Amino acid sequence: MADHIHTSAEDEHDSAYSGLLVNDAHWAFGTDFEDPLAGVDTTIPDGVDAATLSTYALMLGDDSLVMSHRIAEWTSNAPDLEDDIALSNIALDLLGQARLLLARAAKADDAVVPALPEGSPAPPEDALAFFREAHQFRNVRLAEVVNGDFAEATVRVLLFSVWRLAVFERLRESRDHVLSAVAAKGVKELAYHRDYAARWFVTLARGTDESRRRLITAYDALWPLWPELFDAHPVEAAAAEAGVGVDPATVREAAEAVLDQVLTAADVERSEAPRRSGVLGRTGRDGMHGEPLSRMLAEMQSVARAHPRGQW
Amino acid sequence: MSRTTERARRVAERVTDPELPMLSLADLGVLRDVDVVGDSHVVVDITPTYSGCPAMAAMRDDLVRELTGAGFDRVEVRVSLQPAWTTDWITPAGRAALAAAGISPPGPAPSTSGPIPLSLLPTARQVRCPQCGSPATELVSEFGSTACKAQYRCTECLEPFDHVKEI
Repeated sequence: MADHIHTSAEDEHDSAYSGLLVNDAHWAFGTDFEDPLAGVDTTIPDGVDAATLSTYALMLGDDSLVMSHRIAEWTSNAPDLEDDIALSNIALDLLGQARLLLARAAKADDAVVPALPEGSPAPPEDALAFFREAHQFRNVRLAEVVNGDFAEATVRVLLFSVWRLAVFERLRESRDHVLSAVAAKGVKELAYHRDYAARWFVTLARGTDESRRRLITAYDALWPLWPELFDAHPVEAAAAEAGVGVDPATVREAAEAVLDQVLTAADVERSEAPRRSGVLGRTGRDGMHGEPLSRMLAEMQSVARAHPRGQW
Repeated sequence: MSRTTERARRVAERVTDPELPMLSLADLGVLRDVDVVGDSHVVVDITPTYSGCPAMAAMRDDLVRELTGAGFDRVEVRVSLQPAWTTDWITPAGRAALAAAGISPPGPAPSTSGPIPLSLLPTARQVRCPQCGSPATELVSEFGSTACKAQYRCTECLEPFDHVKEI
């Protein structure tokens, strides 16, 4: 009988799971991630209000996180392998931006970070992603709507990246070292996202009657969310005033000039669909979202919330 | 530079990229600085390649393991976000190592100052086949074995190969 009793050392050797927690820095939520901003100058620039900087970073970070999640839902569902990888790659770039921006928000003012049970290994950026309610998210509503067909993904990535690239081109001049660095790297990524979506926009518009019909249907459906991207929330206006942020209203002309180039190449008229109103004037930046965001977060956050002290 | 710093630098320069193991982090241009504080506390600065690149954590872990293995008590890996990494930082030795491994090295990175003009045509690159040297190559997919490489095919020797995309 004694021969069959394993020592604990043998068990460890035999178990496929042993060692999983030894070197786990590459796993996602709940691991002992090192600070993504380690070594970066996170001093708040002179004359800048910490809460303003933090909320501004949260807004940009939430745009990236929510859009990344929606695009990631295409993984294994795109029409062909190349576009599956392209969309996953776009989602990954946005997730990388989200991590730095949410970490920046937490570092500027830790009052935004939800309290977690004692012993939780979740770093602040994970606490922000997984432990806030929908009304605490400050993303624009374009990012959160439920996915449609491939034409819808094309139009959404195009509108989002044309707008965001115009903002990031200016954000490179931010007085905040983290925001300027995220923007400097982000413009290269967003230029690729934009060009990828713009080519598909033109291809679908000039393809078959059916591809053109779907493209224009998606464009008309998303266009009502475009004006919201250029509304200056008081926090964005204050961040711009302090030299750390960009007032989105000031990039509208530049963004629309780029979009018009795509529409012209695609032979598509600018949509006349009216803007989608907010609720009592409140929109995504105010934490006013549609039901789809709640459903998305319920799925995205469920494991982290069930195991706030979990390590994997 | 002290002899200890020099030794730490040599160890850090040995660490290779997890996805391009023929390239050291120094050849890739990711390793920005190696410094020793006190007797055996090493501070390494690395620059992320892409914002969400999953290889960054592996690079960090490999640096910690190699330097700890070389006898340094404390290893701190810091992130240097600016200036942003570009493929232009891949050294001539790194480019030669890529080509020797059958991977086409990147050409000059596009300028990213000012507004970035819209491009509605597929990215045109002058890519030579790393196997036979022929310039007669065609793009198969903008994504190869990893998202940062495109897949090409040589129409001369018919071999497929990866090309590191310029950023």
